[in-house]
Amino acid sequence: MSLLIERAGAMASLQDGGRSGVRHLGVTQGGAADWVSQAWANWLLGNSLQAATIEITLGNFSVRAETDSCLAVCGADLKATLDDQPIVPGRSFAIRKGQLLSFAQPREGVRAYLAAPGGFLATPVLGSCATVRREQLGGLHGDGRPLDTGDRLRWSGAPAAPRELPPGQPRSLSPSGPLAVVLGAQIGDFSGQSLFDAFNSDWTVDQRADRMGVRLLGPVLRSARESMISEGVPLGAIQVPPDGQPIVLLNDRQTIGGYPRLGALTPLAVAQLAQCMPGTVLRLKPVALESAQREQRRLLATWQRTTAER
Amino acid sequence: MTPRIEVVGVDSLMLRLFDQIDEGNMPWMLAATQRVREAFGPALRDLVPSYTTLLVHYDLTTIDDRQARQRITDAFEGLQPTAGASARQHEIPVWYDPSVGPELEPLGKRSGLGATGVIDRHSSHTYQVFALGFAPGFAFMGLVDEILASPRLQTPRKQVPAGSLGIADRQTAIYPLVSPGGWNLIGRSPTRLFDRELDGYSLWQPGDRVRFIPIDRAEFIRLGGDDTPFEVTP
Repeated sequence: MSLLIERAGAMASLQDGGRSGVRHLGVTQGGAADWVSQAWANWLLGNSLQAATIEITLGNFSVRAETDSCLAVCGADLKATLDDQPIVPGRSFAIRKGQLLSFAQPREGVRAYLAAPGGFLATPVLGSCATVRREQLGGLHGDGRPLDTGDRLRWSGAPAAPRELPPGQPRSLSPSGPLAVVLGAQIGDFSGQSLFDAFNSDWTVDQRADRMGVRLLGPVLRSARESMISEGVPLGAIQVPPDGQPIVLLNDRQTIGGYPRLGALTPLAVAQLAQCMPGTVLRLKPVALESAQREQRRLLATWQRTTAER
Repeated sequence: MTPRIEVVGVDSLMLRLFDQIDEGNMPWMLAATQRVREAFGPALRDLVPSYTTLLVHYDLTTIDDRQARQRITDAFEGLQPTAGASARQHEIPVWYDPSVGPELEPLGKRSGLGATGVIDRHSSHTYQVFALGFAPGFAFMGLVDEILASPRLQTPRKQVPAGSLGIADRQTAIYPLVSPGGWNLIGRSPTRLFDRELDGYSLWQPGDRVRFIPIDRAEFIRLGGDDTPFEVTP
């Protein structure tokens, strides 16, 4: 089964759960920036939660079905239509040969995830087909190129009956409250005023936002440490370069870095941030490690529970 | 040896072994890397060694913070430095030339060594790989002779060609892929550093020792190098 890309848009790429066990080689993690929406898109089709999906950024993207099958969409509302019939994210649906699935532009959120039964097929590179353009790794051709007009994507899973998200599960991951931060790393080097400002001020998502990182604009944060010996940086790390404007590091970040950090967003907060358009105003809130670990385990258990209830 | 352990994320701990960059750290870093891998087994998602630290990314669904710390304590119990049996020696051919290394002549002037002196000095030392990072197969090596130490460019270049050899402070490195970069470029190597045909994908690992062998343009071309001159505009 296959589909053909008719419009590739600004940035659409094949993403799965990303690479693990290779960061010591300098190879980044990659994978879906909003991993929660990706998991739900896969869940809708009964796929493994980290099966390869298309991450569609901002829209202007369309595909034509070359066979009868079914697909699922989750994440950002990019005004998707199937032959001009609106497709609300958070459901799977049948698609017939010749039908056009289009994503216009953002109504809510930034990244939509398109899933196919069993996941889209691509040869894994270093254990994953996550597309990382900068590293020339992964994707449909294995060389890190994003998806392009004329690319044909295949899958081999059996179609499943159309379904929707479980009742009460929000369709959108846009943050409704402050983003949770696990404090740590060089937090002790920041001035008291900077720590107060970090968690009691509005932060605006800058235009400079991509899969490597998202810059936040707000009060200037000052660290006593100007530079440090480079060290590994985790997903969601909030690094503060000398200009005092924090950058939250996402999936395609460099593996090591030398700017002082306040800590790191929780995985859920990373997914929420990945859905924030430039200009979005948000806040950060510190959370205790124990409760953050508990929350993350609870979140991961959601899919097991809903799968068991199926 | 007991590292300092810091929380750096919901499922990540930083182990600080040293406070300074030193070639003497490496046997300890290599031994610790090995022992932490063994202690975590399948609960390890990723382990990122750098000059003085190990970033441990563990699987939150199988162990929690307390258990992760216990495994780290176990890993460091009775730790002895690795003799370096696993470390490899590399001889990397480099065409040191102003056309592919725009900072070669300025560095020659500033140091008083001249371009030839810079080449001699840079290629007469055996460097240690301290860490891989920044890009796949990008090895941070040191320590470069004090006289060659150069701060990063004020404005990083948007595109540095693959194979470019650079200096930043007392470190030296080769860009494995075309990428942005702010290091002072003094030459170019034809050697493939990161390739899925290579065993383990990367030519080198932390702890390996590296010597640069000056070659001329003809040899560079013969070894498959791309001699496209460097565009001076950053």
